[in-house]
Amino acid sequence: MSKCAERLYNGIIKENPTFVLMLGMCPTLATTTSAINGLGMGLTTTAVLIFSNLIISALRNIIPDRVRIPAYIVIVASLVTIVQLLLQAYIPTLNDALGIFIPLIVVNCIILGRAEAYAAKNGPLESAFDGIGMGLGFALALTCIGLVRELLGSGSAFGIGIIPEDFHISIFGLAPGAFFVLAGLTALQNKFKMPSATNVEGNGSVLACGGDCMHCSGSACMANHATLETRRLQAEEDALKAKQAELARKQAELSAKLDKKDE
Amino acid sequence: MNKLLNVSSSPHTRSDVTTRNLMLDVVIAMIPTSLYGVWQFGVKALLVLLVTVLSCVLSEYVYEKVLHKPITIGDLSAVVTGMILGLNMPPEIPLWIPFLGGVFAIVVVKQLYGGLGQNFMNPALAARCFLLISFASKMSSFTLDGVSGATPLALMKSGTVMGPNEISAMFIGRIPGTIGEVSTIALLIGAAYLLYKKVISIRIPGAYILTFAIFVFIFGGMDLNKVLAHLCGGGLIFGAFFMATDYVTSPITPNGQIVFGVLLGVLTGLFRLFGGSAEGVSYAIIISNLFVPLIERFTLPAAFGKEGKKA
Repeated sequence: MSKCAERLYNGIIKENPTFVLMLGMCPTLATTTSAINGLGMGLTTTAVLIFSNLIISALRNIIPDRVRIPAYIVIVASLVTIVQLLLQAYIPTLNDALGIFIPLIVVNCIILGRAEAYAAKNGPLESAFDGIGMGLGFALALTCIGLVRELLGSGSAFGIGIIPEDFHISIFGLAPGAFFVLAGLTALQNKFKMPSATNVEGNGSVLACGGDCMHCSGSACMANHATLETRRLQAEEDALKAKQAELARKQAELSAKLDKKDE
Repeated sequence: MNKLLNVSSSPHTRSDVTTRNLMLDVVIAMIPTSLYGVWQFGVKALLVLLVTVLSCVLSEYVYEKVLHKPITIGDLSAVVTGMILGLNMPPEIPLWIPFLGGVFAIVVVKQLYGGLGQNFMNPALAARCFLLISFASKMSSFTLDGVSGATPLALMKSGTVMGPNEISAMFIGRIPGTIGEVSTIALLIGAAYLLYKKVISIRIPGAYILTFAIFVFIFGGMDLNKVLAHLCGGGLIFGAFFMATDYVTSPITPNGQIVFGVLLGVLTGLFRLFGGSAEGVSYAIIISNLFVPLIERFTLPAAFGKEGKKA
């Protein structure tokens, strides 16, 4: 698998920002009142994410380490402003539906997280594909949640009515419904042992954050990844050594026995 | 060996109070108001009650069966939840809504948090609020003798003044409302039974009703009739004796129970007099449920021998 395709797979499935890393919960819970809103929010974030990753990666050797966070925020904020102006000009309905959550993309932790964890350490092309993968993963998750909420809450999918009005459970369109649906989908994920931040046994420590949600400070830090990897290698090495020692001991025993027999 | 000296380890005497007995007492205490509700609203009310009880017991059984847990429907707590939920329903409701409420109460509010004793909110009330938000119009359309009408609280909200005649109708129960809340006298009979059997103490309902009465008297224009109408015209008595006293979701410390009651009274008064809707008991109770751990923490009595030494 080439590096770029691997990035796409990583963002959409393996480290899906919403379902696996549990990042960006605020827009996830707030904007998914319908499938189309979820998709709109996801794609808007994707657009920002691609260009922020690209620019930050291209400037990664120029930005001084000490002021990197303000520098990232300046870049992301400029991009968000552009996107918001475009939305206001061309898709005003979506802009109205998403409201304050468009400007809030500036402080979206997926974007800052990817800048810190990936774009600051890798080349522009891979970073751009990382942005596409993560963005599409986010859009996919938001659309899923929005679809379920829209179906239960207002009986339609992408605005097409399916369930008659008498059977709408309107709480799913409100804030508690967002929590119900997200919890339900995450529970299903754990049930089928798919990777997720709350499912430790299903994936072990392959996860970027180690799956240790109890002690997590909320950042998907690459250092964790490296530490876990070295620990895993160390453990494997130890196991191998123990096995070899055991084998050598057995062999010695066997040869001693043979010697005895010969005598 | 001499049997007299062969003593087993403690405890040496056991109380014969079991969860099942307590729950049975609560069920018995709710029978007068259920009978009144069925008598006044007809077979539909009976059907609603049966559906909620059945859906609660069934969802508890199915959930525990599917998850290979011990089946606990024998302790009757699901029956109590079902009855409270049913008594909180308007009689004309389409039957699938109470069924959904029962499933929500047991599966989401009670079992997902670990079953009886672990839920932080009263399951029946949480389900009622879930239904109230989801099906606002169906959950708040009340009829009496085939005529749909507003509840006394809704009338008072829109400015009607209640006289002694209306208040006595509220006391007996000739008013529109949910199945279980209408008849104050039937509720008080049940409450007296619970108090007599010492299933509940007077602390929570007493503090609740007293605080609420004072609140309404002060902020409602110093009108005694209005206070009485507020006491008898809605879910207050039912909530105070049957729902706020739920063991799992109320404080166990005596002082804490009084604090809990006062909090309930103030919240209900705020919601009813200054809030958008006419009724506020359910929301007051589930919000106060959330404060229970905090209340217990600050009202924990000092252990024997440690009274003087406060850190």
